Amino acid sequence: MPTVSMTVNGKTVSRDVEARTLLVQFLREHLNLTGTHVGCDTSQCGACVVHVDGRSVKSCTMLAAQANGASVTTIEGLAQGDKLHPMQEAFREHHALQCGFCTPGMIMSAIDLVKRNPNPSEETIRHELEGNICRCTGYHNIVKAVKAAAANM
Amino acid sequence: MYAFNYHRPGSLAEATKLIAANTEAKLLAGGQTLIPTLKQRLAQPGDVIDLGGIAELKGIKVEGGSVVIGAMTRHGEVASSAEVKKAIPALAALAGGIGDPQVRNLGTIGGSIANSDPAADYPAAALGLGATIHTSKRQIPADKFFTGMFETALEEGEIIVKVAFPAPKRAAYQKFENPASRYAIVGVLVAETANGVRVAVTGAAPSVFRWTEAEAALGKSFAAGALDGLKAKADGLNADIHASAEYRAHLIGVMARRAVAACG
Amino acid sequence: MTAESGIGASVRRKEDRRFITGNGRYTDDLNRPGQTYAFFVRSPHAHARIKRVDTTKASKMPGVVAIFTGKDVADSKVGGLICGWLIKSKDGSPHKAPPHPIIALDTVRHVGDQVAVVIGETLAQARDAAEQVQVEYEVLPAVVDPKDAAAKGAPQVHADAPGNLCYDWELGDKAATEAAFAKAHHVAKLDLVNNRLIPNAMEPRAAVAEYDFGTDSYTVWSTSQNPHVLKLLLCAFVLQVPEHKMRVIAPDVGGGFGSKIFNYPEETVCTWASRQIRRPVKWTAERSESFLTDAHGRDHVTHVELALDKAGKFLAMRVDTHANLGAYLSTFATSVPTYLYAPLLAGPYTTPQLYIEVKGVFTHTTPVDAYRGAGRPEATYLLERIVETAAREMKIDPAELRRRNFIPPDAFPYQTPVIQQYDIGNYHASLDKALEMIDYKGFPARRAQSEKKGKRRGIGFSSYIEACGIAPSAAVGALGGGVGLWESGQVRFNPTGSVTIHTGSHSHGQGHETTFAQIVADKLGVPIENIEVVHGDTDKTAFGMGTYGSRSLAVGGSAIVKACDKIVAKAKKIAAHMLEAAVEDIEHERGVFKVSGTDKSVNIAQIAFSAYVPHNYPADVEPGLDETAFYDPLNFSFPAGTHICEVEVDPDTGIVDIAKWVAVDDFGTVINPMVVEGQVHGGIAQGVGQALLETCVYDKQSGQLLTGSYMDYCMPRADDLPSFEVGMTTTPSPLNPLGVKGCGEAGAIAAPPALINAVTDALGIKHLDMPASPEKVWRAAQANRPRMAAE
Repeated sequence: MPTVSMTVNGKTVSRDVEARTLLVQFLREHLNLTGTHVGCDTSQCGACVVHVDGRSVKSCTMLAAQANGASVTTIEGLAQGDKLHPMQEAFREHHALQCGFCTPGMIMSAIDLVKRNPNPSEETIRHELEGNICRCTGYHNIVKAVKAAAANM
Repeated sequence: MYAFNYHRPGSLAEATKLIAANTEAKLLAGGQTLIPTLKQRLAQPGDVIDLGGIAELKGIKVEGGSVVIGAMTRHGEVASSAEVKKAIPALAALAGGIGDPQVRNLGTIGGSIANSDPAADYPAAALGLGATIHTSKRQIPADKFFTGMFETALEEGEIIVKVAFPAPKRAAYQKFENPASRYAIVGVLVAETANGVRVAVTGAAPSVFRWTEAEAALGKSFAAGALDGLKAKADGLNADIHASAEYRAHLIGVMARRAVAACG
Repeated sequence: MTAESGIGASVRRKEDRRFITGNGRYTDDLNRPGQTYAFFVRSPHAHARIKRVDTTKASKMPGVVAIFTGKDVADSKVGGLICGWLIKSKDGSPHKAPPHPIIALDTVRHVGDQVAVVIGETLAQARDAAEQVQVEYEVLPAVVDPKDAAAKGAPQVHADAPGNLCYDWELGDKAATEAAFAKAHHVAKLDLVNNRLIPNAMEPRAAVAEYDFGTDSYTVWSTSQNPHVLKLLLCAFVLQVPEHKMRVIAPDVGGGFGSKIFNYPEETVCTWASRQIRRPVKWTAERSESFLTDAHGRDHVTHVELALDKAGKFLAMRVDTHANLGAYLSTFATSVPTYLYAPLLAGPYTTPQLYIEVKGVFTHTTPVDAYRGAGRPEATYLLERIVETAAREMKIDPAELRRRNFIPPDAFPYQTPVIQQYDIGNYHASLDKALEMIDYKGFPARRAQSEKKGKRRGIGFSSYIEACGIAPSAAVGALGGGVGLWESGQVRFNPTGSVTIHTGSHSHGQGHETTFAQIVADKLGVPIENIEVVHGDTDKTAFGMGTYGSRSLAVGGSAIVKACDKIVAKAKKIAAHMLEAAVEDIEHERGVFKVSGTDKSVNIAQIAFSAYVPHNYPADVEPGLDETAFYDPLNFSFPAGTHICEVEVDPDTGIVDIAKWVAVDDFGTVINPMVVEGQVHGGIAQGVGQALLETCVYDKQSGQLLTGSYMDYCMPRADDLPSFEVGMTTTPSPLNPLGVKGCGEAGAIAAPPALINAVTDALGIKHLDMPASPEKVWRAAQANRPRMAAE
């Protein structure tokens, strides 16, 4: 079994895992970081989005071994102590979540989109969230939250 | 996923040696098609060779009027590259429309071209811009590369190293997306190049193809109006629950005219 | 103190902290010591006889703990799944209820029907072994369409349901309806399909079941909207386990939309198997399994006719519907196309006569049951499409035709000809406000603008009414429902004045932890941060009926109000003792108990402390401050409103762009406007999904599901939708203590006809079946030349 090492939310971790282990399985099953979710098996829903070396990726479509040596940030690693990330704050403030299942991936994608588009229009936000499916909110408040967070990031 | 052995070579030479020793192995580039395929147990390779650790397969260069993109360069890198945006803005725009941002952060040009998915975007760029595919063994012109649905001219053990796109005078890509998968139902790349007009169509047929009638018409007059009255043939086009062959044929015309208009 | 957190305040949600930090706890996040993993072997055929199931090879695979087949289940005398609502056909006979085994015994009846379960030490091992289970099938012909299934000579799904007919049901006065049609000035007619949908809550269904040999009891964690109902079904009907030996926990649940109401085979198999192997068993659906096995929604084929007089007054309506029930009856399947559908066809209108016939039909497809709106979207789509059609045919402005036929605001309570008595409403007010918000007068100019760009613009209306707050138990019982539909609420003061609320209602996105707390904050003056809402655990909340049909607030919220009333009654006695006054002299307002006409008072926290530390306490009062109430509603509640949308169609591609969406809803009293608007947004998105993007397609010959993943089933994405303009009008319901009506399903009910009315208006065509997908729209656009802007 290959040994996979990476930095997750600032901590170095190392595990021996089967080669077929996906990054999302590594996070959820080996590190018990269950904030990253799995909502589909065709790489479309985005519930599993995390940051690998600063870029948002679908952790269900990447082997853990591919992330060997990388720096990974999950939803659990966003807040600094008790201080929430502005995107987390904005999601709460603007009621951008209901059941909460898509929320971690949505927040991780939204942070990446604001990094690449510091002052995004509604159209840009909607287009950039193409890889994340939410069944509850109709996206209306997610768009509002991302816009508001962009102003505070 | 079935179990497999994982390899991560550090150089192209090492990778070629690995694949030569085990031709049943699968090459893992960005993994955006291969990993879902493995997850659904539609393939059972004993070995997977991850090309992600090979520095020489990465990067973008502009040399001699061509944009040369390393096989392991991510779509997102091409989309945001200042050099690509300057030399071939249509290529940057096309790369920026593949999949979604997360797919673009992992998916690679080499993987996309090698996979030759009939609904993928990069094949339209390669064929439409007259690219040359450089492999571990040779150079293959795009016109000879895409041989069928999920089929290419690549031989066993041959690895794409880079893709060279000659900069056209002008070019544009227009895509009509499958509303569910967001793959191309029809994507048309129109380019006015040093060697004439090229029109490449993806999504519509089992493999990317050139719409030669449109090329001839645009060769006479490079204007959207030149395509009026010209209809792509529906024979042999794909048909599924999202679009009939007839509709795809119609969309080829619409997307081609819009691409010409977008060329400015 | 409570002004910012009481009724009417957009309090930020208490539950969000855990969801935005990755600390939500969903069923699949949970693991138990010694846990095993279940993987189901499923039928690749829509209809086949199982000739042989051979597990020999599979059982020798590494990590296999056990393999069970239908025979193993049958041998252990486990019952099948039941349908809890009895429908009687026209001739008085009960609906056909064929067996629904938790693992198929001799026949598979839809693709995905479970044939065996492999339990492994790891999921990968279970899956590896499942591939080695050899099943020999004799493939039989299949039928997937409800009208095809009802036709002569169709393949039979169940031997004991001849003609695939589950029931042939009717509602309304046939003779009076026929007589009204005979006098009609105009009859509008439509044939339409309410397209089949796959619910797609983002969290796939999952279960972890654990049997404790020491106590002979079970704990089941399940993605359920109603853990108490699931417990009742598992115990009393399927596994024959005494209820006190079963605990069902529905932790954080990632959306339901109806699909998580039901008792499914998988959680039942896990529970049963956990006893067989004496180890916990975990199962989580892969999304492709969800597509094949989550109960689907809608799937009606209908002919409708509306009779009008010369002035455009509706005289009567008649409806003939074939409803697809799928291969087996899901838990509430029979009620959806009957009592949850037909009574709503009266709509907000004064139509004096209606006659509705519904044939419930078995097919070789996944079972069909309630999906957001459950019957009411089907009714509203039908009604608002035929009203629109009538308006166009009679050349009456569609808003005006609706206005002429609305039940006037002074006519309430209003008895419709089809069961329901509406309590209150003002349909004109919602319509007028919506017209103003969308600037109806400016539409011709906007249409001309669109035409200049080569686009076609259309406007579409939908004035809906729905029945929420299901429902008075006795009424439901009289109509065949097998359960009571009350709710329980417990308000428990802790000695130091904080409050724990227990509710049998379950929150899986609706925000109960905030809105229910707001009720208690408002009634008892407790700061909202000192209130915790507990739900989803049958050991913590003793009784409950769960969340569906937009009932949580109207029924569950009312139970909490009643518990608060009991708290106040008891607190008054304690306060009287503390203040040395007569109970009759104690006045209560928001947690402050005051001796009338004095400034002597105590607050609820002081009273709670006294109740738990009863050193100086009235002799005839029990210690403690903890009250439970059950609330059985007096009637359904009837939210109503008008949605209007404008679309721009690209005739070259068939792409429909939603240019504007205005929703004006009357939900009665609103506890938390922010949460309510969120529910409206999400409902509209699902309605737009149905009308524009989503549809479940089976291959007619093979019965294969062609839309079995997000590659082919089109989920609405952010860039498919606009921002919505949401407005409210308010007529508080007189029939519950909060005056609330329910808001969860309204958007999904109202949206589809608004969208299709707009698209058909843009194209100048009579009808287009949902979804208005690009090719369909393009073809219609080609067939119909654009009308001139001047028209």
